[in-house]
Amino acid sequence: MSQTESYLAHKGFKSWALTMDHKRIGVMYLVTTHLFFLIGGFLALLLRLKLLSPGPALFSAHTYDVLFTMHGAMMIFLFIIPAIPSSLGNFFIPLLIGARDVAFPKLNLFSYYLFVSGILVILISLVQPIDTGWTFYTPFSAENSAAVTTVSFGLFLVGMSSILTGLNFIVTIHTLRAPGMTWYRLPLFIWGMYGTSVIQVLSTPVIGITFLLLVAERLFGVGFFDPAKGGDPLLFQHFFWFYSHPVVYVMILPAMGIISEVIPCFARKPIFGYKAIAYSALAIAFISFLVWGHHMFVSGMSTTAGVIFSFLTFFVAVPTGMKIFNWIATLYKGSISLDSPMLWALTFIFLFIIGGLTGLFLGSLATDVHVHDTYFLVAHFHYTMMGGTVMGLFSGLHYWYPKITGRMLDERWAKHAWWMIVVGFNVTFFPMFILGMQGMPRRYAEYPAKYHSLNVLATVGSWLLAVGIVIMFANFIRSLNRGAIAPANPWEALTLEWQVPSPPPEENFEVIPTVTDWPYSYGKETGDTRGK
Amino acid sequence: MAYYKSYVMVWIALIVLTGATVGVSFLNLGLWNAAVALVIASTKATLVGLYFMHLRHEIKLVIGFALFPLLFLALIIIGTLSDTMTR
Repeated sequence: MSQTESYLAHKGFKSWALTMDHKRIGVMYLVTTHLFFLIGGFLALLLRLKLLSPGPALFSAHTYDVLFTMHGAMMIFLFIIPAIPSSLGNFFIPLLIGARDVAFPKLNLFSYYLFVSGILVILISLVQPIDTGWTFYTPFSAENSAAVTTVSFGLFLVGMSSILTGLNFIVTIHTLRAPGMTWYRLPLFIWGMYGTSVIQVLSTPVIGITFLLLVAERLFGVGFFDPAKGGDPLLFQHFFWFYSHPVVYVMILPAMGIISEVIPCFARKPIFGYKAIAYSALAIAFISFLVWGHHMFVSGMSTTAGVIFSFLTFFVAVPTGMKIFNWIATLYKGSISLDSPMLWALTFIFLFIIGGLTGLFLGSLATDVHVHDTYFLVAHFHYTMMGGTVMGLFSGLHYWYPKITGRMLDERWAKHAWWMIVVGFNVTFFPMFILGMQGMPRRYAEYPAKYHSLNVLATVGSWLLAVGIVIMFANFIRSLNRGAIAPANPWEALTLEWQVPSPPPEENFEVIPTVTDWPYSYGKETGDTRGK
Repeated sequence: MAYYKSYVMVWIALIVLTGATVGVSFLNLGLWNAAVALVIASTKATLVGLYFMHLRHEIKLVIGFALFPLLFLALIIIGTLSDTMTR
């Protein structure tokens, strides 16, 4: 195969199933994770349809519990955690740092198969679907008869895959940077992915161990969490959130990385505060390990611990706020073009500010008592995760689609989809803030009639959202064959992936480039433009 | 053979320490039960890290990466104790 032949040139099942090309593995993750995004989204539509009526309707309360558990578990573990790191991260980390592949290509393929094995095990569990919620709290998860053990094992495998991917990325970023690609010349997506990988490697083992403890309790009656045997049910929550809080930053940090690439490119301005954005990614990664107790304020945790965790929680808002200010400062006096990647990036900033600030209500000890386990939390979480991470992902997908596929998206349809999704998203989730403040608890199949009208509004919103998503995916699929042929660098971006053909050749770079500048000299002729 | 010698020695040490863990479990040392078990387990983990995982011969960066997670182990213990000790 010649050096310049596209990575997509080889056809056939085997050429994909046995590939060690980071780009193909990235694409396989992309397809797998988005499949679960669509399934998880469909389940959400069913849940919203059920909530159209306050009383019994459509399916039983138990089915409702099963559906929201599946929606949560699928979206969290099979979509949003791996969605950006394993797919776009895999595809673009080597390209962005000027490498030919990740450090351990075989391990990379092995991670993918671990991920798929985990998914298969989880699918087996559907024989006795679980209704514990995605959080698996004891004692309910330790005692109930559903296939909690099977799901735990499946998630253990998915977690292993996540650890190996993170490890692979850390080593890649340390050892495979092109000559001249110093740490401060790294694209900010790489800094975001580095922080993400550190969290994956450090926190995921804890959830793996926690699942093993849960299985030991279920199968062998060891009393880790059972008070009758000297255990502590809150211990499960401590372990669970020691992983699951940092992991929300596994979800958001890569999205923030994408935004840091898209904003300067479409504002044609050097990124404002490069080092602040870079270090804030690491600061978020570190602080994320100090705040897990804020999920447990009303669980029976001691008030002293509550005060400590509440206090620490506010610190995580600081580096997040720094990023937002830096992006907005980058936009200031920029030459902004509203192409679809930029629209998604701006949407990210807008929605994530709402999501982030409402997090402070939940992080404050006193207000959390009022809104804990209400729809306020559901709204906050979806504003950060869907309004944040998923909008960042969409921005990345629209930005990098020409590079991945060699075709341009239909911009007109991309914008139609954007309108539908932004309107649908807000109509779905904003009423939930109000419902939560009014006291409507989450995870109940039925609710008092006084919450009816806002629930109807939210359900109608979910339909708009769904139509938008369908349009967007139709555009993705249609453009694979019918999109205009993409030039190497349609956005005139300065990062390395745009300096190779679209789609990139199998070996990425014919000659490994020598880097002489940071990648954000937008609007300037040449030279390092920092601080000028 | 000399190449494997240190591995065999470490392996024997690990078996002896496992025996020690089992032996100690028959003694009632009160609160010290957990402490002794943890000291033995940590010693074994250190041996595995140093010899089987070659940390003894690694560059500082790799050793640093191996030690860094201990900070997080401390964090989870301190954070959890901040709850259980103040209830």
